[in-house]
Amino acid sequence: METIKPIQSESAAATTWFRAARVSDFPPNGGACVRYRNLQIAVFNFTRRNEWYACQNQCPHKMQMVLSRGLIGSQEGEPKVACPFHKKTFSLRSGQCLNAEEDRIAVFPVKVEDGFVYIGVPE
Amino acid sequence: MRRIIVVGNGMVGYRFCEKLRSSAARSEFEIIVYGEEPRPAYDRVHLSDYFRGITADNLLMAPRSWYEENNIELHTGELVIEIDRNQKIIHTHNGRTDRYDVLVLATGSAAFVPSMEGTERHGVFVYRTIEDLHHIEAYSKKVSRGAVMGGGLLGLEAAKALVDLGLETHVVEFAPRLMPRQVDDAGADILKMKLQQLGLHIHTGKNTQAIEGNGKLEGLIFSDGSRLAVDMLVISAGIRPRDELARACGLRVAARGGVVVDDYMRTDDASIFAIGECASHNNMVYGLVAPGYEMAEVVVRQLNGDMSRSFRGFDMSTKLKLIGIDVASFGDPFAETPGSVPIAFRDTRKGIYKRINISEDGKHLIGGILVGDASAYNLLHQMVINRMPLPENPETLIGIGGAPEKKGSGIGDLPDTAQICSCENVTKADIVGQVTEHGATKIEDIKKATRACTGCAGCAPLVNDLIKLTLESLGHTVKKSLCEHFDYTRQELYDIVRVTGARTFDDLLDSHGKGDGCEICKPAVASILASAWNEPVPEHATIQDTNDRFLANIQRGGTYSVVPRIPGGEITPAKLIAIGRIAKKYNLYTKITGGQRIDMFGARVDQLPDIWEELIAEGFESGHAYGKALRTIKSCVGSTWCRYGVQDSVSFAIFIENRYKGLRAPHKIKGAVSGCIRECAEAQSKDFGIIATEKGWNLYVCGNGGARPQHARLLVADVDTETCIKLIDRFLMYYIRTADPLTRTATWLNKMEGGLDYLRDVIVNDSLGLGETLEKEMQELIDNYECEWKRVVESPHLRAQYRHFVNSEETDDTLQFVEMRGQKCPVDWDKNT
Repeated sequence: METIKPIQSESAAATTWFRAARVSDFPPNGGACVRYRNLQIAVFNFTRRNEWYACQNQCPHKMQMVLSRGLIGSQEGEPKVACPFHKKTFSLRSGQCLNAEEDRIAVFPVKVEDGFVYIGVPE
Repeated sequence: MRRIIVVGNGMVGYRFCEKLRSSAARSEFEIIVYGEEPRPAYDRVHLSDYFRGITADNLLMAPRSWYEENNIELHTGELVIEIDRNQKIIHTHNGRTDRYDVLVLATGSAAFVPSMEGTERHGVFVYRTIEDLHHIEAYSKKVSRGAVMGGGLLGLEAAKALVDLGLETHVVEFAPRLMPRQVDDAGADILKMKLQQLGLHIHTGKNTQAIEGNGKLEGLIFSDGSRLAVDMLVISAGIRPRDELARACGLRVAARGGVVVDDYMRTDDASIFAIGECASHNNMVYGLVAPGYEMAEVVVRQLNGDMSRSFRGFDMSTKLKLIGIDVASFGDPFAETPGSVPIAFRDTRKGIYKRINISEDGKHLIGGILVGDASAYNLLHQMVINRMPLPENPETLIGIGGAPEKKGSGIGDLPDTAQICSCENVTKADIVGQVTEHGATKIEDIKKATRACTGCAGCAPLVNDLIKLTLESLGHTVKKSLCEHFDYTRQELYDIVRVTGARTFDDLLDSHGKGDGCEICKPAVASILASAWNEPVPEHATIQDTNDRFLANIQRGGTYSVVPRIPGGEITPAKLIAIGRIAKKYNLYTKITGGQRIDMFGARVDQLPDIWEELIAEGFESGHAYGKALRTIKSCVGSTWCRYGVQDSVSFAIFIENRYKGLRAPHKIKGAVSGCIRECAEAQSKDFGIIATEKGWNLYVCGNGGARPQHARLLVADVDTETCIKLIDRFLMYYIRTADPLTRTATWLNKMEGGLDYLRDVIVNDSLGLGETLEKEMQELIDNYECEWKRVVESPHLRAQYRHFVNSEETDDTLQFVEMRGQKCPVDWDKNT
């Protein structure tokens, strides 16, 4: 399976593609956490939509490193992740909190090539 | 077609374009926009998010394609340098000239830099644009200490940015307190205390005289002679309107800066408007985005020939979260209205300050301040702007002397004209009308129809309450569908699963749902699949809540707890030693639970399979403490030892617990067996409780402890052991089939039409003829039991999912523990935020 999520980026040049892990390391329709330098990034294999998403692993509500263990789903078509602690949900596209007034989370572009998942991180 | 040139592509300039393009006169204008920054308008309010990894693209108000789609000619990186009012043309720094019929100045403001020695040194920055942030970020990598000059709203935002960049952060404020324009001394003290707890250094009452250093900045010198050694400085001491273009072409400019405008945002040239931070209305420049949006609205209406809306000043009430701390200020926060009386509440320990100001006659709220907890802001603010009558004891509004009285202070009491969304000026009547006239039932409907909640979204809780209240007043029984993905109740879905034989979430979603599922329907369907087929939970890991996904309970800090099953609470000394040994080996905190077993806390996700491997080797099984499942059957010691006991309660409890272990249900299930009427096992507080009598067993059902304790009710008296088990089989299976998700048995019974009598008819008298089916289904579940942890421990592919990083063998280094009474505990997360 090969999917490349298009990124609409004004500053695509400023993105480094970092090879995170094999596609098979991510459960279908679920997430896992990868380490990039000192960042923890939650990566989601949204098989149902044939899409990949990545965001910060930390939930801004109680600053817990858990979003990769959250359930993913959609709200009116918008892909989202729910924090396992208190079910705050965040758009995987914009990072906006969808059901509370929490801070926006960082989201990162993802691409898949030759069975590997790459995450676009700012330089 | 008329040509409109908008000078400035900031938030207000963008909003003007958006409003004009969605107005009735949208096709009567050509729109040309000039912005001096290299990128299209972005969300300056959330600029500090940039340092938390939000990209510049994420901050854009709209992508470049939006301007094309809306037929707006956008020139970025192009500065307008001259306006020729006679010929109605503008000149840009690239030498371009362009003709206008209408000119809208939305040039915004620049950071105000006080004149002092040393502002030209390396390491001195302002905080305004994404380019400023790039420079700050680049410089911060070389240094360790930073200061922000200015302890107001923008200054604290900038301070947050420095904290995010990992610098030792100092805030220097000229006034004797932080946020002098929004909060009073007492509120500022609490704010200062909370910021200090977060590691910020706050210096108030400090007048910076000079910036020291040789080429680059090395420190600040204050007028009292003291010094502060820092490596970089961000100046955030206020804004200055960008009125230079207007000034140069002879438009009238206010003494303190800003293009002078009237109530219709008109300058003294009939073809030129000014909106946002560059405009001066009644000698006032508004440095917030909401008044700017209102100004844009006024101009758009005029261009549509509607003069009914004018700009009459703006309520400067504000609520924001600074570095995670709530701060709100509304109405007349400092009680400057003659005769008004303040009431204040302060909790220094929790860091909460609340103040309300009451009018002289005691009838109205005129303003207030909230620090640390601004949850009451929306309602209090509404009370001020709508001059709603105060409750008899207004102090209850800020939590003094009990909860606020319902009457007179609820959302239902707001007048129809009450403004609910101040960003988009949406009233209560607008929202209620959407529900009553246009069938809106969700906040998304309201957003689409009125744009309420689309700006700062601060009004979302109020809008939700209003929708609910209005729907209730219409007598609507809202169909209890599970969520937006399934238009069925849990009971209906259970039947669908049994009838269609659906075995996976995706099967069911494809056949009977829509969309991609969510955190509500996924665990609900997981529970149904487990109850209907006893499908092994680990094979459906990604539709389970995290507790079921990792077969352990997530705790503060992100570690998990481990609870082996100890049926009936009976355990051998050897097994006790085994638990002790394993807990010690993995440094786990141990505690006896309320259900007569032992909970081990503080295990990292990667340790779980190893811990369980050892527990299983010692003869333990999963205790299902993580699941919506059977938990424990508590027992008293019973007739084997107790001189009062009439039946062997321990043996019966062990039998029952082993019979139903692993059973998945809409919610957790607890049971108990007491050996006599003294009821030491507290069976009447359980989902099902059994109490021994001289003749057999009394079976009680549908009790629970928790937030709303409820005693279990007697279902049947003096039955023999076999009948008792048969009835529990039927009872549990009927509950599993018919209850809504996350509904305990007590609530299930409370909602059941006919109540206990009906339940007894179904279970004991078999009035529906379901008895045999229920027993058969239960037997299938019992026969299919397996220990989930055994399955994981023995399966390399399931075990592989238990690690924190998939690309590294390292463990999560953010986990932090403190010692308490000789054991480890997680760091309190409230001190983390």
